[in-house]
Amino acid sequence: MSDIAWIEKALIGARPQAVGALLRYFRDLDRAEEAFQEACLRALRTWPQKGPPRDPAAWLIFVGRNAALDSVRRDSRNTELPEDAAISNLDDAETELSERLDNAQYRDDILRLMFICCHPDLPATQQIPLALRIVSGLSVQQIAAAFLVNEKAMEQRITRAKRRVMDANVPFEAPGPAERAERVGAVAAMIYLVFNEGYSSSGGDAHMRAPLCEEAIRLARLLLRLFPAEPEIMGLLALMLLQHARTPSRLDGDGNIVLLENQDRSLWSRDKISEGLALVEKAMRHRRPGPYQVQAAIAALHGRATHAEETDWAQISLLYLTLERMNPSPVVTLNRAVAVFKATGAEQALNLVKPLEERLSSYFYFHGVHGALLKELGRVDEARQAFNRAISLARTPAEAAHIRQQLDALEARSERLSAAQ
Amino acid sequence: MLYAILCYHNEDFVTSWPKEEDDAVLAKRGKVTSELAAKGKMGPAIRLMPTSAATTIRNGQGGDLVLDGPFAETKEQLLGFYILEGDSLEEVIEAAKRIKEGESCTFEIRPIQIFKKGVISEESLTAS
Repeated sequence: MSDIAWIEKALIGARPQAVGALLRYFRDLDRAEEAFQEACLRALRTWPQKGPPRDPAAWLIFVGRNAALDSVRRDSRNTELPEDAAISNLDDAETELSERLDNAQYRDDILRLMFICCHPDLPATQQIPLALRIVSGLSVQQIAAAFLVNEKAMEQRITRAKRRVMDANVPFEAPGPAERAERVGAVAAMIYLVFNEGYSSSGGDAHMRAPLCEEAIRLARLLLRLFPAEPEIMGLLALMLLQHARTPSRLDGDGNIVLLENQDRSLWSRDKISEGLALVEKAMRHRRPGPYQVQAAIAALHGRATHAEETDWAQISLLYLTLERMNPSPVVTLNRAVAVFKATGAEQALNLVKPLEERLSSYFYFHGVHGALLKELGRVDEARQAFNRAISLARTPAEAAHIRQQLDALEARSERLSAAQ
Repeated sequence: MLYAILCYHNEDFVTSWPKEEDDAVLAKRGKVTSELAAKGKMGPAIRLMPTSAATTIRNGQGGDLVLDGPFAETKEQLLGFYILEGDSLEEVIEAAKRIKEGESCTFEIRPIQIFKKGVISEESLTAS
């Protein structure tokens, strides 16, 4: 790795901590970001010669804070900036600073930075770009590409979101335990939104979006490092690792969705699966189950099955029942119905699906599952209707193509049937 | 004498590597380690999962405490290790430098006092 590439990685790694601390000093997001930018520029100038500092985040906080204070002074008095050499000769000051800032303060800094991105006033469409910009440090151009909007529109969206969170006055004092727990929960939800934006590909090019999954995993690792004994954060990280492990087999060469049962499991990332399984195991020891842990346990059962036929569907349908009780939602019931279909049969599954029709009538996946169950039960006309409805609701060509295949299979079957009669 | 080479790095940094970068690093290291293996001087090479997967057991009041995460909060984490044989420290330092070449991690070389090869079934090894 070249010097510059190495430094860029170190800057990305240190960003949440450094911007979080600078935000606490300046209580202003724009100023904190500018100070961080300035510190990064100086790092790029001085690190190649001097070697990396022992604690890059502490260095960046120190230099960023001084640079911002200098610029305030310079604006008022027109004095000159100190030489870079003077600024970067900070080893002692830096060590002192990092010792003075205990981990607890760092922790609240990072948590606050993540938390302002998921302010309840912000819709998901603003939370995700804001987090990617502020916490992850992706460029507006990168974010715009992932969301398939032009740069200018994305810039405006982020600016609006920033203004909104700054107007909301998130307190800068260290939060109490209850408030901290609430923040952790909100941040976890935001991280999962980032992941799903990458994973579910609601329109657009799947390849452009995989980095969002990686980024969400990185943020969850960070959050878990801050709260290492939180089983729900272990569950969240495990869930994302186990799902992302399947990415290489989810689309075929033409970009069509490959169903879980037809995926080439040898393409799954064993590293991610074993890490996910290890985290699920750790989380369970706490005996404080929660929705992320249950979803991770479901993903773990898929990850453990080397062939689709080995999947423990009975256990999965029980886990969905647990999840349904924790988080009642028609989508969870629909997923349970799929597990029941595999474990028990289409008839029982259809009984679960029917009552959902009204609430999920505009949900692509509902009509796909409904159609598949009807097809299984030989109710060809109703199945065709459901599949057609699904196609009309498909968000990506891959989704539509997948249903069309089912429809073709259905027609082939009904032709065979009528030929036989 | 047998030596362990312990590899330390900042985990935030390493986990932000894209896969291609990681593959390149492993390929580069693999060249050196397979040379050593050909000479019969290369023992196990181990990469540890991130510290978020770690569990710590330590003494507490009234018995052992089982805690999440690594024992020490440090800037750099133990990410993996190699075991190799060397006729001299000099030789091991040379080998370690070649394995590390171009990377920003820290290597600690520790002579091994006790080494028991142990028994792990082939089945367990292929499963992990």
